[in-house]
Amino acid sequence: MKKDLLSISDLTTDEIHLVLDTTEAMREIGQRPIKKVPTLRGRTVVNLFYEPSTRTRTSFEIAEKRLSADTLNISVASSSVLKGETLSDTAKNIEAMSPDMIVLRHASSGAGHLLSRICRSRIINAGDGLHEHPTQALLDAFTIREHKKSIAGLKVTIVGDLLHSRVLRSNVLLLTKLGAEVWVSGPQTLVPAGIERMGVRVSTNIDLAVADADVIMMLRIQQERMHGAFIPSLREYFSVFGMTKARVERAKPDVIIMHPGPMNRGVEIASEVADGPYSVILEQVANGVAVRMAVLYLLAGGAEVD
Amino acid sequence: MSKRLLRGARVVDPANGRDGAFDVLIEGDRIARVGRDLPIDNETTVVDVPGGFVVCPGLIDMHVHLREPGQEHKETVATGTSAAVAGGFTAVACMPNTSPVNDNAGVTEYILKKAAEANLARVYPIGAVSRGQKGEQLADIAELRQAGCVAITDDGHPVATAMLMRRALEYAGMFNLPVIDHCEEQTLTADGVAHEGFHASALGLRGIPGEAESIMALRDIALAELTRGVVHIAHMSARQTLDAVRWGKSRGARVTCEVTPHHVILTDEMLGAPVAYDTNVKMNPPLREAADRDALLAGLADGSVDVIATDHAPHHYDEKQVEFDRAPFGITGLETAVSLCFDRLVHPGVVSLARLIELLSVNPARILNVKGGTLSEGAPADISILAPDMRVTVDAGRMRSKSKNTPFDGWTLRGGVAATIVGGRVVYTNEGVSLQM
Repeated sequence: MKKDLLSISDLTTDEIHLVLDTTEAMREIGQRPIKKVPTLRGRTVVNLFYEPSTRTRTSFEIAEKRLSADTLNISVASSSVLKGETLSDTAKNIEAMSPDMIVLRHASSGAGHLLSRICRSRIINAGDGLHEHPTQALLDAFTIREHKKSIAGLKVTIVGDLLHSRVLRSNVLLLTKLGAEVWVSGPQTLVPAGIERMGVRVSTNIDLAVADADVIMMLRIQQERMHGAFIPSLREYFSVFGMTKARVERAKPDVIIMHPGPMNRGVEIASEVADGPYSVILEQVANGVAVRMAVLYLLAGGAEVD
Repeated sequence: MSKRLLRGARVVDPANGRDGAFDVLIEGDRIARVGRDLPIDNETTVVDVPGGFVVCPGLIDMHVHLREPGQEHKETVATGTSAAVAGGFTAVACMPNTSPVNDNAGVTEYILKKAAEANLARVYPIGAVSRGQKGEQLADIAELRQAGCVAITDDGHPVATAMLMRRALEYAGMFNLPVIDHCEEQTLTADGVAHEGFHASALGLRGIPGEAESIMALRDIALAELTRGVVHIAHMSARQTLDAVRWGKSRGARVTCEVTPHHVILTDEMLGAPVAYDTNVKMNPPLREAADRDALLAGLADGSVDVIATDHAPHHYDEKQVEFDRAPFGITGLETAVSLCFDRLVHPGVVSLARLIELLSVNPARILNVKGGTLSEGAPADISILAPDMRVTVDAGRMRSKSKNTPFDGWTLRGGVAATIVGGRVVYTNEGVSLQM
């Protein structure tokens, strides 16, 4: 495997399958009374989060601790970053303490690439700007595989603010690599230029996009998008693109509904759909820990798991 | 009076219709004679120019950021003009987005003083269109002209409004000063950092469409027609902009345009590879698609493009060693231009050598209304001696510019600079070349 996991394109198809298969073993650890294995004992992992995060940060932290790693959490609010230290200098300072891995979340696309050029530590991208969120796509793929056995040939529709979504980019790369038929849908103002070249079908007609879908993935739409005139209002967004029970019924009868979280109920997704029988949203969160354990383990060199 | 004879070179002087073996006699700071078998006396230094070398009118880079006053950590007039002569340029026109802005005689005179102290390339200051480049009130344009400015621009920014552009064209037109515009409709740029296209989308970088540039070019051309003023479109990057310029020229508008070497060589594919998110690939206007690059190349070939200018934009290493969105826009260009132009334009046959000299010397001199662009008898002895077949490896670490922000580091190119002469003085000789000046 490559030194870092910055993008899904850093993984070959075989490596993706390896991560997903390893996740199953890791999940089993989470079901034991003593949820710990010594696999990463003595290794130091730094969680460097420049952006606030509930689920990703805690998910990584739990994963690291279950593998017995020593974890260090650095969040912007409480560090010298607020004093104006550059990412470059912060990285060099952390590197001087020889961590084995740095898990980075940052508001700028490519921040992990910059870090990777400076640090010898392995970098795991936990979300960089609008670019990618590889472990999210991996846990999404794991969740889909749990329900559908195989990803190849499935129709997966991703709906929402495509332009600003790192979850979209990672998922598109991963799902197309594994042979899914990927549709993306959202307001024209939020469709990234040239996205068809990533191998997806684009439609601003949500009813067409979700017809006979096996998987529907909703992306969050932020309030701020009304400034910059991307959408007129959240109300109108829900009316044109919101995932309602009626729209879900256009998909396959065994469709699964996904969302990376956090959700805006009543904006991109109706509450009854989020809490309904097709929703696997909470499973995604649960799978997140196991997937991240797998990634940490494999990036660290994949020693024996007891 | 010192006399120097350049003997045995291929002289390319399109303004005088010359391309062939000629001798050039320099007396003092002037070109005394150009001819064959010119007589020598024992006061004349004879320079036997090696075969294959080219003697041409001094190259003029009409779009350079010298950063002084105020940003001397990036570049100074001294280091910038040193880089210029090493790049074969005998003159540069420098942009007013300094700190303070060059919107008054004081700053203009300061720049000229620094240029005189450095005593290398000639420096032609370009003054601001608006006070402080704020886009509201006109700067004291007559004063700027009087102090030595050869044009006006708010470069760094577009001329903010149609109203201001109109007034600038009318007012500057009284003094025959061109208005140079950095064409950018900023509401379309928003917080864009790269060309809006597949590569930016895949990398999660906010995009700037080509139309952000062409819309303003169309505005400027319409206003140039309205006012009978003179507009020069800076650093064209989009094919739509070139179409606009052609349209304007066909209607008789007084519009000229320039391209940088990087916009006719590189594309937005560089955002992802070889170095993903390389901030040395970030500039404004951004590198665009192959279709844009190819359209600009065609424009160079068919004469629609008037000038090649580098938009030399030095930035300190620390400023560029940050996340892509936070890095300042711009790359250096003075010391790579000639090699890039030979390697990617002349040798592949996109433009002839004579046409290259028009783009780098004749036309800039004409547009800025300064002496130069010719080897006529009596003209200032501003001469570039170029080596079209010299093998050059770009080495940012050894550049004379204070800043090293170039995407071309390590490139091997065919073509380079042998020597540079300003006002009869040899201000640069390439030590790697056997040329006894």
